[in-house]
Amino acid sequence: MAEKFTSITAAAAPCEARNVDTDQIIPARFLKFPRAQGYGRFLFHDLRGEPGFGPLEGARILVANANFGCGSSREGAAYAFRDAGFRSIIAPSFGDIFFRNCLKNGIVPVRLADALCAQLRAMLREKPGAELTVDLEKQLVVEPGGQAHAFSVDPFFRSMLLQGLDELGLTLSLLPEIEAFEKRYAASGS
Amino acid sequence: MSAAPPRTLFEKIWNRHVVLERDGQCLLYVDRHIVHDGSFHAFANLAARGLAVRRPAQTFGTADHYVPTLGRSPADAPTPEIRRMIETFSANAQRHAFQAFELGDARQGIVHIVGPEQGLTQPGLVIVCGDSHTSTHGALGALAFGIGQSEIEHVLATQTLWQAPPRTMRISIEGTRPRHVAAKDLVLAIIAQIGAGGAAGQVVEYAGAAVRAMGIEERLTLCNMSIEAGARAGMVAPDEATFAYLADKPFSPRGELWKESLAFWKTLSSDAQARFDAEVTLDASRLEPMVTWGTSPEHAVPIGGVVPAGPARALDYMGLQPGMRLEGLAVDRVFIGSCTNSRISDLRAAAAVARGRKARVPAMVVPGSQLVKRQAEAEGLDEVFRAAGFEWRHAGCSMCVAMNGDAGAAGERIASTSNRNFEGRQGRGARTHLMSPAMAAAAAVSGCLADIRKLA
Repeated sequence: MAEKFTSITAAAAPCEARNVDTDQIIPARFLKFPRAQGYGRFLFHDLRGEPGFGPLEGARILVANANFGCGSSREGAAYAFRDAGFRSIIAPSFGDIFFRNCLKNGIVPVRLADALCAQLRAMLREKPGAELTVDLEKQLVVEPGGQAHAFSVDPFFRSMLLQGLDELGLTLSLLPEIEAFEKRYAASGS
Repeated sequence: MSAAPPRTLFEKIWNRHVVLERDGQCLLYVDRHIVHDGSFHAFANLAARGLAVRRPAQTFGTADHYVPTLGRSPADAPTPEIRRMIETFSANAQRHAFQAFELGDARQGIVHIVGPEQGLTQPGLVIVCGDSHTSTHGALGALAFGIGQSEIEHVLATQTLWQAPPRTMRISIEGTRPRHVAAKDLVLAIIAQIGAGGAAGQVVEYAGAAVRAMGIEERLTLCNMSIEAGARAGMVAPDEATFAYLADKPFSPRGELWKESLAFWKTLSSDAQARFDAEVTLDASRLEPMVTWGTSPEHAVPIGGVVPAGPARALDYMGLQPGMRLEGLAVDRVFIGSCTNSRISDLRAAAAVARGRKARVPAMVVPGSQLVKRQAEAEGLDEVFRAAGFEWRHAGCSMCVAMNGDAGAAGERIASTSNRNFEGRQGRGARTHLMSPAMAAAAAVSGCLADIRKLA
């Protein structure tokens, strides 16, 4: 069962590079470990302390650049963010699979315009640890000074996150519909 | 009489797989689900919920990410943790009773090599797998895409997935490819043109004369790297080449079922008036052999080119400066393999360059499947490689993702036929240059990045 997400106000960290891939978020050699041991320590493991990545300590929101989380489908990338305490990632665009993996791990991926993301990252470089609000109910990102920026999350997943529901639970309740589909599909030939 | 609205290949497949819709999401039916030894989180979560695999007959598996390439037993794994991954895969396959090509099976190999090779991949099917390079299977006219562990669990439990309808892009490639320009060069050129996020959220259909002229294995390479442009999936409409490829595959339909399937498959092309959300065109006749210089597949240039003024971080990681020539850049290691370029035609292309020459740096060849390996050995390619000083290994993902222990060292420059030049991808600190199999073999025998056109 997923944890509810309505709104969080928390320290945000900037991540500057474009095309940050999931190999950078979590190197492949850590993917073999059981989730129960925690994945937070693997987040940006080989990049920690390098310019442009963090500091991440205490942050629960990341403001990133275009095509964030591209590449490998490894859900370990979402596990690493979640286990390190992150609940939202703001970027101009995301790798599709990473975007979906975030939604399934209680992390709200927020798409904001390129220039706005750049502005937020600049603000966070100047004021490390500054807090942002990500309000999923109102679909707003709010800056410390109160400036609010609208975003939109797919209504299906928004509703799941707001209620803390899990889509597998929903789908299991739809098994009769799936079975009926399978009969129709089989009858329609290949 | 009103005609049906024109539809794309993608729409024809998508529409017939929608179970129901809710809030803009479609519950999409999955025909075939392929798992691998990295899919273990999903099985663990399934077990924690007390759920079973709902359709074992539609579930297939192969061990590839963690398997050793020097031996064929889990005991050959370099660490106990890696060995456990291979054994966990076998345990899950047995527990849930699905068809698995385990380590030691004559058909084992990389999931995206095995699917087409076994005929599991067929036109019109929706195929998913917990690996981003699942886009490969679209080369046969399937709708195939990579998913995460939560989605694997969802498919195992329900045989469905919640998906928003993606947008569509058509990449039309006209003209004739010059000699020594491989499918890999073509796809690297596309990614360089549209960018690593250029097809994000879109399903790409590759069309045009240059695509029609490609063999199936070349189309598999093309669709494989669709994800490196951010695409959800890559597809090629099935044609006579597709049907001929599938005619003798173990899981292909037989007899009357083959005839019925063929009739259906022939309907699977985009209608003449079908509309795509985006259109891209490319002239294949202008292409040259490509190499990547940086840390994103979009960092690709012709071999005769120079390192551009790219992002400082990428230049620094790769130990390069703008203006440096790529041809002649010394390499430390060569890897020929991966789901992009480890099929028999790839090995033939590399062997043709290696034949009668000597590798100047450590080079290894990792066939995509044990069946590819056997075929190559029947053709004597293993002897060609060995005589040229290349290592000849067993099938697996190996140094493309460096999860099985096969890895480059920090600072090593690697000429690789794989799909990702990301930082650390082939080993922490290792520097990857992507290229075609012939170009990788040329780098091996030259000891540096080399222009295949000057060697051939």
